[in-house]
Amino acid sequence: MVNKLLEVKNLKQYFGPSSNPIKAVDGISFDVYEGETLGLVGESGSGKSTTGRSIIRLYDITDGEILFKGKNINAAKSRNELKEFNREMQMIFQDPYASLNPRMTAGEIIREGFDIHGLYKNKKERQDRIGELLEAVGLNREHANRYAHEFSGGQRQRIGIARALSLNPSFIIADEPISALDVSIQAQVVNLLKKLQRERNLTYLFIAHDLSMVKYISDRIAVMYRGKIVELGYADEIYNNPIHPYTKSLLSAVPQPDPLSERMRTRIPYEHEETTEQASVHEVAPNHFVYGTDAQLTKWKK
Amino acid sequence: MSKKLLEVNDLKVNFKTYAGIVQAVRGVSFDLYEGETLAIVGESGSGKSVTSNALMKLIPQPPGIYAGGEILFEGKDIVPLSEKEMSKVRGNDIAMIFQDPMTALNPTMRVGQQIMEVILKHKKVSKQEAKERAIELLRQVGIPMPERRFRQYPHEFSGGMRQRVVIAIALAADPKLLIADEPTTALDVTIQAQILELMKEIQKERNTSIIFITHDLGVVANVADRVAVMYAGQIVEYGTVNEIFYNPRHPYTWGLLGSMPDLNNDAQEDLRTIPGSPPNLLNPPVGDAFAPRNEYALAIDYEKEPPMFKVSDTHYAKTWLLHPSAPKIEIPDAIQTRINGYLKEAERSGK
Repeated sequence: MVNKLLEVKNLKQYFGPSSNPIKAVDGISFDVYEGETLGLVGESGSGKSTTGRSIIRLYDITDGEILFKGKNINAAKSRNELKEFNREMQMIFQDPYASLNPRMTAGEIIREGFDIHGLYKNKKERQDRIGELLEAVGLNREHANRYAHEFSGGQRQRIGIARALSLNPSFIIADEPISALDVSIQAQVVNLLKKLQRERNLTYLFIAHDLSMVKYISDRIAVMYRGKIVELGYADEIYNNPIHPYTKSLLSAVPQPDPLSERMRTRIPYEHEETTEQASVHEVAPNHFVYGTDAQLTKWKK
Repeated sequence: MSKKLLEVNDLKVNFKTYAGIVQAVRGVSFDLYEGETLAIVGESGSGKSVTSNALMKLIPQPPGIYAGGEILFEGKDIVPLSEKEMSKVRGNDIAMIFQDPMTALNPTMRVGQQIMEVILKHKKVSKQEAKERAIELLRQVGIPMPERRFRQYPHEFSGGMRQRVVIAIALAADPKLLIADEPTTALDVTIQAQILELMKEIQKERNTSIIFITHDLGVVANVADRVAVMYAGQIVEYGTVNEIFYNPRHPYTWGLLGSMPDLNNDAQEDLRTIPGSPPNLLNPPVGDAFAPRNEYALAIDYEKEPPMFKVSDTHYAKTWLLHPSAPKIEIPDAIQTRINGYLKEAERSGK
């Protein structure tokens, strides 16, 4: 049995006044297992990025519990414990132009984590480590002395990945890491992420809106809509056998490089049903979860 | 047979920079018929946006230079037109839909006003008539309660609704040609599908020609009649949508198709990638610009630029691999398998 690396229990993240909050994430629960990639998809405003940012403690969560390796990450902690946690969990950002400091060289960007955590004090050792990281992401050692603007978008994203890897984390949150890149470069970065996962036994939370890439890279997929996870299951199962009408609608909207089928495509529109009944999570098949009321589930499964 | 609306012959656009002259578009030729959609595909820096901006004469001069070629719109070359003459063509004959609906709209102006502005500029109508037309346009692009929406500001609209407003503005003066530069890239997939449907409906009703600029091959398959693949400022492959997707001949097109994950076949292997990155157009390479990234490159690729070879009457590709004495290279297996899968699927579902 694979270990649970991350457990999210009834996570809520509200913004704004408490009398009338914006419920960006509204009570979601899921687990991430060691070594897997969990894809988180949904349209803008569905709460997928907020979920990632809450997990890595960029926000103070409103309610719920996040356990990383069995420890509650939001419980009061000493500085050292926090540092330990920060080493274990890292993030790759969407925009490789905005997420790298233009006044620092690639080497300095990667080195920052070493300074904070007091690692590799010896200069030679440190340079070796930076070189190793650059090579691991497909760049050269010589690139360490260059500034961000001297790199292309794909190369910048590689620097962002090298930075995320610098402290040997076990869990990486990738928030739309390829959306800003060209198609051929997207494939290079996705292949790199997969290779690094194999070599280092990394666990990914892969946040994206591009369903085809998510299906390709993920073992399991969670579909978010308006702050809730409406469907969660193995990637093939979600793709071949979606139950929730929102998932169906989302899948029907993904264009394929196949003109004959594209011309016959019919988009399935989604209309959100408001119900007064209490909705809950149902396990419709082993490890395939759908959120809805009992009546809705019976209707959807037909 | 429908009429030819646009003909571009050997168009060249350069930009003067401190480092030297960048040859952004290096001899592009294509034509467009009435009621037809041509998709121009390519990566950033391939010259697709410069080409489309050049058609509207939106290239700032300086630093831009029209270095050669002609753009015949209904048989008349628009390259030598003055700015004043061009302002009659823009909006009236050719209109553009931009990528980002937030920056394309004026945030301080009511949406209705922005549509009326175009109508009043190009049509001889009273303000009242213009207003009625603007409301009608909002209804046509699928905005509910157009009378109320007319008086609202862009920030009161969602992303998809804003893009509908941008489309309404583009349609305001009944243009014959719509240029859409990545119109759905900033939108969610579900909204993207709605906007694509809307554009196809409009095209059917008005027989508008569309040039659709995108990097998303899925979108191309959905909207295009014909496709031009651009690389390093040139068109490298050109054909009907079926020819490009089911019988691609240029290695760059193979690369683009291969780098998209396939949803149907459960491929556990790595995605095919195009190694390296596009050339610097300050000093375009000698020979075939794609050669350094092309695993099938021949010796001649590094010496002489290939011409357009004819594959069929409608299908051309710019690669030495199509020369009669070149070694025979077939479409890579992974891509061929996928294509066969699509074709089989199509047969099963009844053509």
